Amino acid sequence: MTASDTWDPSQPILEIEHLSISFFTRLREIPAVMDFSCTVMAGEAMGLVGESGCGKSTVALAVMRELGKTGRIVAGSMKFKGRDLAQMDDEELRHIRGSEIAMIYQEPMASLNPAMKVGAQLAEVPMLHSGMSKADAWALARQIVADVRLPDPDRIINSYPHQLSGGQQQRIVIAMALMAKPALLILDEPTTALDVTVEAGIVDLVKDLGEKYGTSMLFISHNLGLVMDVCDRICVMYSGEAVETGNVTEVFDKMRHPYTQALFRSIPLPGADKNARPLISIPGNFPLPHERPKGCNFGPRCDYFQHGRCDETDVPMSHIPGDDRHDSRCLRWQEIDWSAPSAAREVKEKAEIGQVVLKMEDLRKYYNVSTGAFGGGASKVVKANETLSFEAREGETLAIVGESGCGKSTFAKVLMGLETATSGSIMLFDENVQSTPIQKRNTDTVSQVQMVFQNPFDTLNPSMSVGRQIIRALEIFNYGASDADRHQRMLELLDLVKLPRAFADRMPRQLSGGQKQRVGIARAFAGGAKVVVADEPVSALDVSVQAAVTDLLMDIQRENRTTLLFISHDLSIVRYLSDRVMVMYLGHVVEMGTTDQVFAPPYHPYTEALLSAVPIADTKVERKRIVLEGDIPSAVNPPPGCPFQTRCRWKSQVTPAGLCDREVPPVQMLEGGHQIKCHLSREVLATMEPVIKIAAE
Amino acid sequence: MGKFVLRRLGVMLLTAIALTFVVFYLTNLPPNLEKLARTEGSVRMTEEAVQDWIEQNGHSGSVIGRYGQWLGVVPGWTYTDEKGDTRGRCFAIGEDAANAPRYCGLLQGDWGYSTFFKKPVVDSLGEKLAATGWLMLAVMLVMVPTSLFLGVLSGMREGSATDRTLSTFSIASTATPEYVSGVVLVALFATAATGISPLLAEYGLIEPKKTLFLASATSAMDDITFWNFALPVMTIALYGIGYIARMTRASMTEVMTQQYIRTARLKGVPFRTVVMKHALRNALIAPFTVIMLQFPWLLNGVVIVESLFNYKGFGWTLVQAASNNDIPLLLACSCVAVVVVLLTQLISDIGYVFLNPRIRLA
Repeated sequence: MTASDTWDPSQPILEIEHLSISFFTRLREIPAVMDFSCTVMAGEAMGLVGESGCGKSTVALAVMRELGKTGRIVAGSMKFKGRDLAQMDDEELRHIRGSEIAMIYQEPMASLNPAMKVGAQLAEVPMLHSGMSKADAWALARQIVADVRLPDPDRIINSYPHQLSGGQQQRIVIAMALMAKPALLILDEPTTALDVTVEAGIVDLVKDLGEKYGTSMLFISHNLGLVMDVCDRICVMYSGEAVETGNVTEVFDKMRHPYTQALFRSIPLPGADKNARPLISIPGNFPLPHERPKGCNFGPRCDYFQHGRCDETDVPMSHIPGDDRHDSRCLRWQEIDWSAPSAAREVKEKAEIGQVVLKMEDLRKYYNVSTGAFGGGASKVVKANETLSFEAREGETLAIVGESGCGKSTFAKVLMGLETATSGSIMLFDENVQSTPIQKRNTDTVSQVQMVFQNPFDTLNPSMSVGRQIIRALEIFNYGASDADRHQRMLELLDLVKLPRAFADRMPRQLSGGQKQRVGIARAFAGGAKVVVADEPVSALDVSVQAAVTDLLMDIQRENRTTLLFISHDLSIVRYLSDRVMVMYLGHVVEMGTTDQVFAPPYHPYTEALLSAVPIADTKVERKRIVLEGDIPSAVNPPPGCPFQTRCRWKSQVTPAGLCDREVPPVQMLEGGHQIKCHLSREVLATMEPVIKIAAE
Repeated sequence: MGKFVLRRLGVMLLTAIALTFVVFYLTNLPPNLEKLARTEGSVRMTEEAVQDWIEQNGHSGSVIGRYGQWLGVVPGWTYTDEKGDTRGRCFAIGEDAANAPRYCGLLQGDWGYSTFFKKPVVDSLGEKLAATGWLMLAVMLVMVPTSLFLGVLSGMREGSATDRTLSTFSIASTATPEYVSGVVLVALFATAATGISPLLAEYGLIEPKKTLFLASATSAMDDITFWNFALPVMTIALYGIGYIARMTRASMTEVMTQQYIRTARLKGVPFRTVVMKHALRNALIAPFTVIMLQFPWLLNGVVIVESLFNYKGFGWTLVQAASNNDIPLLLACSCVAVVVVLLTQLISDIGYVFLNPRIRLA
């Protein structure tokens, strides 16, 4: 019937050659992807890596021919099973979409129709493409739902998307992609919106299904560790171009492009020592599409840049001999000494840890929620925080780690005074603030406890200049006697966060994400904050900027002896910068100790799973795979006994059996003040093996 | 659900009391009462006589007290003049005061006596409401499907020629108030001298000297026909069509940019099915509220259109009551309006829950 029936499996499934895509606005043509080539063989998984704006999603959407009204393929070809996708008409495309090429999206909630039952959305695919009857299609949907390891498929296919958790929704999206057994699967950041332990499950599933059905994959991600887990081959993109492509292990171990190298040096690796391998951020900013430099796009940020050579002509891809289809877009790859260690960085003295600044005791925060469709119904108590006790000292970084719904944000809200605690006490210096909402706190207390928010894009007022926003904070904190004073202080704050003083007059929209976050930090430190709560301060930023912002936070902390409460789900970064770590699960602190204690056995079973779930972009690291079953239980309906018992793999080792189902475990004090909230005996805890091992070289 | 409805009904009651009090206060301002005295008594009454009349007919005393009487929670007024005749709120002249009930207000079912129609308010209002009910029903039947259809059609491909044409039509129709569109429609369709009726008569499609539609809807009070009812219905509906179509279009264009629409397209779903199966229900959630809001708005349009087409319904009654200073009738009209507004909002909130599976009212 079509060419795809006569396609030879030894040929590439997808062959993109010299693809260029541009978006056309009224002002100009904006090239989004230039001269992009890649080949995906049958059964192969290809990873597309790069920072936001590098064009990786555009490539994926181009394969689907879904570029919107403004996007157009200006050159090159995309051959899918030998047929050029760029030349197909709408009708041909419609037959390919969903049946031969399927896509899995970044935000599962947004990609599922909120007003249609899950089963109907799944069954639609075979009904469309193979004319299956409705009953058969629903039966197939049920089977595929079971295939993606969702519990109780009959209930799932009859529910609406909003009734499922994020992980379940993503499994449904995967199921939908698999309904027609496609030859090529495009995954666009499929786990970015999910928690790490859920992510680990999804990644496992994707890998297994890829093997089971022999599906080829185009896997788009900004997470190098994830790509290493899933893919056979990798293609690193920068500013619309592929800069390096090759076999995953070869690219990871023998990178031959300065950008790839810089990217690896800017991410913290849990296997490596933080002093021996400091984070190095990439200087400068990502070029805007219409402001790309002449010659090599990465030139202005590259350590190996050579004037008159790298900025002269367009750089072609050159093959690296000896390796398996390994190419690099660098003129100097043969001259650079790739094994040279990164420029040594000054080792900074750790600030001395001082007095106790903040002390929480038995803090609880409960919410009352009603469950009926029209209000009323049974009212339930959500225990967002349960017996939270800890101390934070001056100059210390305390990391609070946990997945969504573990109560870490509630804790931050209570501390800030946005909510008041149900019971327990919060002592800030010597003042008891637990029941004082922020409106009633005096200016001193407010300026002493400040917050750096997760999303710098939404937390700056878009209609106020940067300088004005900082001055506004100073005014609220009653800083300085005159406007001139405050203006001066504002300029100093800009210096502090290493932004040029000229930025004072800029509007937030003129700033990049990293710069906005710096403004957010300047605002938080405006009143000389003593305690700063940083709620995932870098998770919305690109990897190359993350390192710089993290370092900045640490520097300011060192100078001001600030207590930093660092809320994060990213264990790599936590290990890199924190002194002590507190692991939370469903409102409980399950483990607390110094960073070394928490990251080494004995672990709390949850910490163990969390550690093993973090993808690590290092071929020398071996880690145990512990994939947790199911999702995090809802805080509205927590399991009885130990909160983690529903997913714990050590449960059988607890004596007497069934103890975990009945009683909340007590906090065990191990040596060095290491606390673990678990029923496991010390002997069993002592038998735990480290999750991350560095393979002998 | 029961609790929610009860709570809303409670709030409704409070709102109704507050609103009717405002209307009561405004209609019972002293100049109004003086005017009433002169129309009921004699135009040439002296100032003192007017004051006496007001006092003798229960219009003196505190506003709250009189409002209470109207509601039926305060005993009705009585007045015994120097001749020994007793008059009161709860009985007609000549009846025995002793047999009359003490309370007679809204709660007792006594809405007062219309000074203009010269019969009890309940009787005159009842038949008028029924007439308006038919009009509104016809308007809704025309307006809702048409506007949704137009809105979806223009919203599914934003910026296309269809979209631009339909948007222009919607904006034009919603920018034309009823008193303009009514006159234009009458001129076009309902005069024997201008518009298309003479042309049609010339071609022999309608009888000579007849018009395509009738410019007066009075006959529709007894017998609704397409001929006598089309113009008033179209006049009201035109305005709403434009408005709801604009809302539906906005909602539809937004839905069409959602990721789940992309998902559907990338599943290989044909465009028609994408619109009908994936976009439509989601796109109707927002206009639903607007449609429900149109009910109270219709009451407004009805006032103009009923006067224009001389259709003796609720709107016409309201105009008559206002221009003739018929206080009990005016109060009753406002009561009805308040209840209609609040009830439609309650229905819209409940309907919303069923349309949108994600909504939980609290």
